[in-house]
Amino acid sequence: MPIVELKVWRGGDDGEYQTFHVEYDEGEVILDVVHRLQSTQAQDLAVRWNCKAGKCGSCSAEVNGKPSLMCMTRMINFTSGDVIAISPMKTFPLIKDLVTDVAWNYENARKVPHFKPKERDADGKHRMMQIDIERGQEFHQCIECYLCQNVCHVIRDHPENKENFVGPRFFIQMAQVNMHPLESVSQKPDALEGYGLDYCNITKCCTDVCPAGIKITDNAIIPLKERLIDDKFDPLRWLGRKIKIGNSK
Amino acid sequence: MTDFEIEEHEYDVLVIGAGGAGLRAAIESMALGCKTAVVCKSLFGKAHTVMAEGGMAAAMGNVYSEDNWKVHFRDTMRGGKMLNNWRMAQIHAQEAPDRVLELEEYGALFDRTEDGLILQRDFGGHKYARLAHVGDSTGLEMIRTEQQKAASLGVKVFAECTINRLILDKESNSISGAIGYWREKGNLILFKAKSIILATGGLGKMYAITSNSWEGTGDGHAMAMMAGAEMVDMEFVQFHPTGMVWPPSVKGILVTEGVRGDGGTLRNSTQERFMFNYIPEMFAAETASSEEEADAWYDDHNLGRRTPDLLPRDEVARAINSEVKAGRGSPHGGVFLDIATRRSSEYIQKRLPSMYHQFMQLAGVDITSEPMEVGPTCHYAMGGIKVDAETEASSVSGLFAAGEVAGGLHGANRLGGNSLSDLVVFGRRAGKGAAEFAKGKNEFSTIDKEFIDTTINNMMKPFENEGGQNPYAIHKELQDSMQSLAGIIRTEDELIQMLNKIGELKEKMKTVSVDGNRWFNPGWHLALDLEFMIANAECLVRAAIERKESRGGHTRDDYPNTSPELSKVNFILKQIDDEIQVEAKPLDEMPEELKQLFEDN
Amino acid sequence: MKVINKNQFIITYFNLYGVKLVTQSTQEESLLNRYGKTLRTDRWWFEPLLVGIGLFLFIMYSTVSAAILGNYWSYEIGPYLSPFFEPLFYTDVIPKWVSPAIFILWAPLSFRMTCYYYRRAYYRSYFLSPPACAVREPANSYAGESTVPLIVQNIHRFAMYGALIFVPILWNGAIRSFYWEGEIGIGVGSLILTLNAFLLSGYTLGCHSFRHLVGGGLNSFTGSKYQVIRKKVWDMVSSLNAHHKKWAWSSLIIVGFSDLYVHMVAAEWIVDFNTWGSFF
Repeated sequence: MPIVELKVWRGGDDGEYQTFHVEYDEGEVILDVVHRLQSTQAQDLAVRWNCKAGKCGSCSAEVNGKPSLMCMTRMINFTSGDVIAISPMKTFPLIKDLVTDVAWNYENARKVPHFKPKERDADGKHRMMQIDIERGQEFHQCIECYLCQNVCHVIRDHPENKENFVGPRFFIQMAQVNMHPLESVSQKPDALEGYGLDYCNITKCCTDVCPAGIKITDNAIIPLKERLIDDKFDPLRWLGRKIKIGNSK
Repeated sequence: MTDFEIEEHEYDVLVIGAGGAGLRAAIESMALGCKTAVVCKSLFGKAHTVMAEGGMAAAMGNVYSEDNWKVHFRDTMRGGKMLNNWRMAQIHAQEAPDRVLELEEYGALFDRTEDGLILQRDFGGHKYARLAHVGDSTGLEMIRTEQQKAASLGVKVFAECTINRLILDKESNSISGAIGYWREKGNLILFKAKSIILATGGLGKMYAITSNSWEGTGDGHAMAMMAGAEMVDMEFVQFHPTGMVWPPSVKGILVTEGVRGDGGTLRNSTQERFMFNYIPEMFAAETASSEEEADAWYDDHNLGRRTPDLLPRDEVARAINSEVKAGRGSPHGGVFLDIATRRSSEYIQKRLPSMYHQFMQLAGVDITSEPMEVGPTCHYAMGGIKVDAETEASSVSGLFAAGEVAGGLHGANRLGGNSLSDLVVFGRRAGKGAAEFAKGKNEFSTIDKEFIDTTINNMMKPFENEGGQNPYAIHKELQDSMQSLAGIIRTEDELIQMLNKIGELKEKMKTVSVDGNRWFNPGWHLALDLEFMIANAECLVRAAIERKESRGGHTRDDYPNTSPELSKVNFILKQIDDEIQVEAKPLDEMPEELKQLFEDN
Repeated sequence: MKVINKNQFIITYFNLYGVKLVTQSTQEESLLNRYGKTLRTDRWWFEPLLVGIGLFLFIMYSTVSAAILGNYWSYEIGPYLSPFFEPLFYTDVIPKWVSPAIFILWAPLSFRMTCYYYRRAYYRSYFLSPPACAVREPANSYAGESTVPLIVQNIHRFAMYGALIFVPILWNGAIRSFYWEGEIGIGVGSLILTLNAFLLSGYTLGCHSFRHLVGGGLNSFTGSKYQVIRKKVWDMVSSLNAHHKKWAWSSLIIVGFSDLYVHMVAAEWIVDFNTWGSFF
């Protein structure tokens, strides 16, 4: 079997990269190699994983500096003797080895607006057309790997912004609620303020790393920014509201 | 000797497991005003429910108005080879549609019909198109929706926290709490609770080829049994017919039944649609006998009988197994699943996006132009904790169970799509049952200090056994032997060999040792989970030895037929003084009006 | 002798925009050591560099051609008018050293400056904010577009209204280029100006802000006939928008090239192949 040289971060903040030589098979992914390392050379190597198929978003890390899911990074992209550096996500406080404390994300999940549906139809059902829910369905593909949060420079390089900025993952969630055809409450303009949308400078790294292929910037962040602009900055809309023609939605 | 610090919490209702069932239970209990917490081994929202793909079965009648709960009930019972708890199957069929609508109310976006209602898809064993779905990622939709609902209600979540033992109050013989550890730092944590809901999911990690993640170690099954709960139907494990077989790293990963529901077909190496050769008598009347008839059925279910590709999972898994054994398998030891020649590329990408990406990215196979290679993979435990159909209460006072960890609903074989609906139907009922139980209790029961000490000693032992057995090696040994000795096809000899093997593994466990310290140490976590896996394996094997017949998920080479006597009993397992006892218990009698559903065909 | 730090250019640049740039504290540095600037081993610097050079060349060229040279070299020949000067805004009242282009260029300029794609491009290439994904940003504080001055990016909607007006104006110029001295004809220049109008339309009509305006603000596309139509338009705009980057670059290159082409023909450096013969 071919062998790669893994440089894996071991320990907490005061840790270091340790070098291991591990066998691999072309059909494998990085996570398999990390598991082999774990079962043969480093029993206590901390790593999160669940589904191994890119669906649960647990095995997020940085492979040669690129934020990726270890289960979706195939060994076929490497050749025997290659050096692969595997680091934990940088944006979150390090716990140990490849495991970081992602609690900040769960705090934001409570912070953002939640869905409050309209009344049901008379027969107790809701009616929505497929074309009306497709936008939302894209956002529902999010696997919460938090790679978008990790790569976002707003918090990656400026941790102090974590207080005022919920990050791309939760912009998707806000978009999902805000654009829901049955949503009854949060379409009020101020529902979008206070979450740091205006910190995003649309450099699109979140979209670049999204393993679910969600067009985070184009389909969620920019449309939300535009919805805010409707109410705050659009001169024609402002005029329209003044003379009361049309409404903002 | 407890010089360990223990963090203590008090909750009315403690839910162990944050998958579809656990979350639904927590939402219910919270809504009923109980102080509720959820404990989960992984991060919040990573539970195995996300891997459910095809959909959730509910007779809503949005696509075929002929569909109703009676048809669903009948399908479920027949799929389970009549061993199901009839009352659970009835409740499930009756309540599933409301639970689907409820998820929609929480924000789920199911695919729609042209009238704007929830679209339903075909699945194995279901007479009508019945599965509410979101492409092929329905489980993700369910868990995310419930997760957001739970977050909005303020349910307290203890993530990456593993429960190791349930605690019993010796006097009243009822549940008083649970003890476990934080995975992150290895610190100990103790919950006092008035009632506990187990929603820990499956136990498939004891097999080598499995669709289950590392979490599927059956903690709930084993802990309940250790606390004295009765287990039912433990011999029945579902091998999903279509798991990936290549490349090695993804062996066992699920390929949704939706591929067949949406028109895919199974072929052997001679390109034959071999399922036509494996139609069992029970389903012959309603299964197509020619390819033309099967293909017509896809367009309109009234034009023909259903395709044998969509027979219940146990039948299809056995058929694939036989084809491969007869030398008509695919290059990597599976069979071909072909949708490329049958549906357009756009249709496939629209209906099965995650399958498309899964094969593209993990195997380099473009399913819109090439067939997939698939083979059986351990998928689901039909058996589990024996519960009361109405409240999901187990035989231990204060202990409830819902989802895969509970037994009874699925009998000898589960139909695809019945799992997601099971989670919410019985998750809600368990939440209600546990909340009401907790409300009837004014004080927390006492925590047995001695028991805590023993448990902690037991948990710390792997650090003291220096130079002993490697937990990863023991795990591999268990998986390999279960796979070959108690897998999809079983014999008495092999099952007894497996029982001996389990004895050996138990011996090895006495000297299992781990490196490092308690600080996020997967080796240690595995060592503790292994105890559960071995206990469950023993249960499974003991029940499998007793069931001297072939039925549903349990196939005996030495008893290839169903036995009329065994069709009337469930095997109940109970741990008494460290010994697992198996006892045959007659099925509950079904009321006349339900019996009639099976007479007129 | 003072050693010039090659990052100094960036430092002043950042200061211009009110973003403080201070070296990271040593403690923070040590925590970040496991990453350094980045652990990426690929050529992450290549794209921002290329984009930076491309934008720089265009800005230099357009400033020189439209603003500085202006009336001092000929922007019109035969039926062709350089798109930098479309629509022509020329009176004798204005002194010759004031280029007619500056009366109109503010519109496309403000549109492109605040365009969501160009923002991505120049934030990465010039502001290094960040230079590439998972590469450390040099600035040590950041408030994005939430405060002055970058809050001004929100005028994009306004700029888009302006840019929309230019779509018919440039088509008008393109159509005019087929008509010279009473005779309908065609020349290489007409084709270039038509291509310019086409690419500019694709860019403008694929704008994120326009996409929002035609349908993005709706939550239901099925409530009324009017909404169904808006959905169709939104779909078309969305498909243009998916390639906004390509439209942005191709329309940028063609507008510069159109200008250069007209100048070159006017200066008789090259000959325009056409059906009218010579313009001189």
